[in-house]
Amino acid sequence: MNRWAFVIAAYAVALLATLALIVWSYAAMRRAEREAEALRGRE
Amino acid sequence: MHVFANPARFLKIARPLTPWLGWGGGVLVAFALFMGLFVAPPDYLQGDSVRIIYLHVPAAWLGMAGWAGIAVASLMQIVWRHPLAAVAARAIAVPGAVFTFICLATGSLWGRPTWGTYWQWDGRMTSMLVLLFLYVGYIALGEADRERGGEGRITAIFGLVGAINLPVIHYSVLWWRTLHQGQSIGLTGSTIAAPMLWPLLVSALGFSLLFGAIVLMRMRAMLARQKVEARLRRAAA
Repeated sequence: MNRWAFVIAAYAVALLATLALIVWSYAAMRRAEREAEALRGRE
Repeated sequence: MHVFANPARFLKIARPLTPWLGWGGGVLVAFALFMGLFVAPPDYLQGDSVRIIYLHVPAAWLGMAGWAGIAVASLMQIVWRHPLAAVAARAIAVPGAVFTFICLATGSLWGRPTWGTYWQWDGRMTSMLVLLFLYVGYIALGEADRERGGEGRITAIFGLVGAINLPVIHYSVLWWRTLHQGQSIGLTGSTIAAPMLWPLLVSALGFSLLFGAIVLMRMRAMLARQKVEARLRRAAA
């Protein structure tokens, strides 16, 4: 198989995993901070 | 370090720092990978497969640095009982595991065209796989301890004991001369040619900044959840 096929597969795995991790961490942070803010507003 | 043990003081620094690390890391990674893919020359033996090192080496570095961070934070948690140390260690675990997985996956994809095999029970590869298992065990132990309302001391001890694998990974290429190549970058210099070396260093720096941003985001999420749980407990009392 062409070496570029392995290069493309490696870049796809690494970039998708990194992007998924960033999006997941950002969404979890936003959700948790919004909940904390909402609760502070109620107090 | 004791100055940052206060969560309020930490958040004051972490909030503006997170986007700087995230965007800075993103720009550096994009630039380094573009250079690695399209500008850096192919290797005289490996051909274009060498372009995988621009991902593989930073991922390996972050997988190991992540556990070193867990060990330092665990020590701080056990000795000085820093309130943020346990949060930091737990925040590092998932990105550390993901980058260790990326290291193993990209290494495997590099190995097939270069060595003729996706996997070999070589010292370096096996010790990196052990690191991934340690991360999975640490995450599971941390979650179980949190659900039981524990202080995380057992998890911290596991984090410290697991650090024994780091010198094994580092010296594996010297102790067992099998398939994985020896060290190419040391404190005194590098055996990699400059046109290949500098995109690699930029990539390592960019991924490190991204790793920092992810850890800060996860720490902020954990601190916010702790705040919510404390308020709910106060309201219920």
